[in-house]
Amino acid sequence: MSEQTTVSAEPMATEEPAAGPSPWSRLFLGGVGHNLGLVAVLALLAVVGVATADTFATTANLLTILTSASIIGVITVGATFVIIGGGIDLSVGKLMALASVWATTVATQSFGPWVMVLCALAVGAAGGLLNGLLIAYGRIVPFIVTLAMLISAQGLAERISGRRSQIVTDPTIAAIATTRLLGIPLLVYLFAAVVAIGWVVLNRTTFGRRTFAIGGNPEAARLAGLDVRRHTAALYVVSGLCCGVAAIMIASLTTTGSSTHGTLYELDAIAAVIIGGTLLSGGRGTLVGSILGVLVFTTITNLFVLNNLDTDVQNIAKGAIIVAAVLVQARARRSTP
Amino acid sequence: MSDHSRRGFLSGALGIGAVAALTACTSNAAPANNAAGAAPAGDNAEPGKPVTIGFSCPAADHGWIAAIAANAQAQAARYPDVTFEAVNPTTDITQQIAAVDTLITKKVSALVILPNDGSQLTALGRKAMDAGIPVINLDRVFDSPLAYRTWIGGDNYGMGVAAGTYIGEQLKAKGVSNPVIGEIAGIDNLPLTQDRSRGFVDALSSYGYSVGPRQAADFTAQGGQRIAANLLQAAPRLDALWNHDDDQGIGVLAAIQQAGRGEFLMVGGAGSANAMRAIKADDTVLKATVTYSPSMASSAVALARLVAQNRGMGDLVEKEVPMSLTLASATITKDNVDTYLPLGFES
Repeated sequence: MSEQTTVSAEPMATEEPAAGPSPWSRLFLGGVGHNLGLVAVLALLAVVGVATADTFATTANLLTILTSASIIGVITVGATFVIIGGGIDLSVGKLMALASVWATTVATQSFGPWVMVLCALAVGAAGGLLNGLLIAYGRIVPFIVTLAMLISAQGLAERISGRRSQIVTDPTIAAIATTRLLGIPLLVYLFAAVVAIGWVVLNRTTFGRRTFAIGGNPEAARLAGLDVRRHTAALYVVSGLCCGVAAIMIASLTTTGSSTHGTLYELDAIAAVIIGGTLLSGGRGTLVGSILGVLVFTTITNLFVLNNLDTDVQNIAKGAIIVAAVLVQARARRSTP
Repeated sequence: MSDHSRRGFLSGALGIGAVAALTACTSNAAPANNAAGAAPAGDNAEPGKPVTIGFSCPAADHGWIAAIAANAQAQAARYPDVTFEAVNPTTDITQQIAAVDTLITKKVSALVILPNDGSQLTALGRKAMDAGIPVINLDRVFDSPLAYRTWIGGDNYGMGVAAGTYIGEQLKAKGVSNPVIGEIAGIDNLPLTQDRSRGFVDALSSYGYSVGPRQAADFTAQGGQRIAANLLQAAPRLDALWNHDDDQGIGVLAAIQQAGRGEFLMVGGAGSANAMRAIKADDTVLKATVTYSPSMASSAVALARLVAQNRGMGDLVEKEVPMSLTLASATITKDNVDTYLPLGFES
């Protein structure tokens, strides 16, 4: 791919303000700035938390929120790539479940922790690749392909595990969730690392710019010389890889691999991406917004448990927040042309 | 160009290698299936007339249901006079109805049914009974007694009572005043969860205790971990915790360990082999579990055989099998765990 095509694709990708003096202020303007509504919601939740539960503002509780957010957060990073690229991935939750099961079979565990990690990554990436090939080269709608993948990944996970929870006996994998560096759980570092890598790839590389270009207008991207199909396939591999990383994390956190992991994670991830301000039609969006979305949902769960409230009310609150966030963002976008 | 094809060849070879390596990793050669069951006592062991027992249960999404199916099968295999016909398990009501219909058409001698939903399959139970096929209703009860010959199942209220009693006694012995007692339930809108919680509250109140932080998870390890991690933050100090379900308990225990907590005692529910091993090892906060044993499926098959052969239960005086059997919820602790280990189910 020559430099020229990249440059010609760039104008479509400029969704960040053109004049950004430093990367940090660009991050703020491009990411947080577009999501002031979300930041406000998060701040509001924090105020409610401090007011209603005296344990809310403790370090231990904030780390609990971040740890709870880490797995769905990693999945949301992949989902953000796919959605900005104009697709949708419904298979994320069950692809993670399948990878967690595959990586924790008696056979895989007998090879030790590295093989378990490789196995989870390979299963995730292979599932994503299959999604991508069917969508990009088989020309089937992403919704259908990934829905089919959701169902068959669930089936295969049940088949391999015999519908039982497979206990993680490997001490290294189990230790991922219990290890802390400087008082912060390793899972939170992993989450941060995936977000950081995702942010750099999306905002600072040709791959990221092409993702925006293809999501915004695939036909124009193709005319500009981009290999749209190969790039689309690659986006689903990214999503699958994130599922593989998440699979190891959840296997460690719950000490099991199970076909019941990740149920409805696809909806959680999509909801987080949407309230994060990413257009469901593609071409526009920020990773920071998606992560803020994940944090909002995780904080709500935490608040409800701290106040000993029912989970059903929690789901009503989540639904209301999705609608409210999108309404606020639509209004903000209209008022600032 | 040649660079391209070489890269293509390499990645192709890598792909094939990866697939081969991955398929080698699907084996789960688990320890031998220790399905619960026992040879019948009294004269019940003597072979009777050959009977065919039809069996239908929901598809397993949980170790408990997986154990139900395995136990039924294993128990039937113990009888030379029983032909066992299990239909494909499903979580879909209409599919379960269709599957049981085929067993009715085949005119099996007796049916053992664990319905996906008792109310929704009542008409089906009635249909089988009207066709002259005795139905053994397993655990989830039909709405009408006309829909089954015998009901056998667990005692959810009793499970809560057993957990509450154990916790009450332990805390009373320690002399704790105003204890903080937590509860992690299963799926909250199920009647069985409500029964368990009611029993728990009732038993605790007889010690003058009440339930503090209470949250519902979803019977999965993932849900258990998530709820427990947050609940531990809500309660900086706990004296006791009852978790309704040992499968979700794997996640609850993981969260407790990750939080580095250990100041309280925990009681499980259902009686998985995994929980029993932890109780036996005595190296976690899990000190007891109250049973809701899937061994009931073994007993249901034994009852179906007796009903189909027109026999009563060996040690009872009556000439026929009773209408209803509610199993007692046992409290398994370190002291009696060895007795119960063979009945534990793998998660």
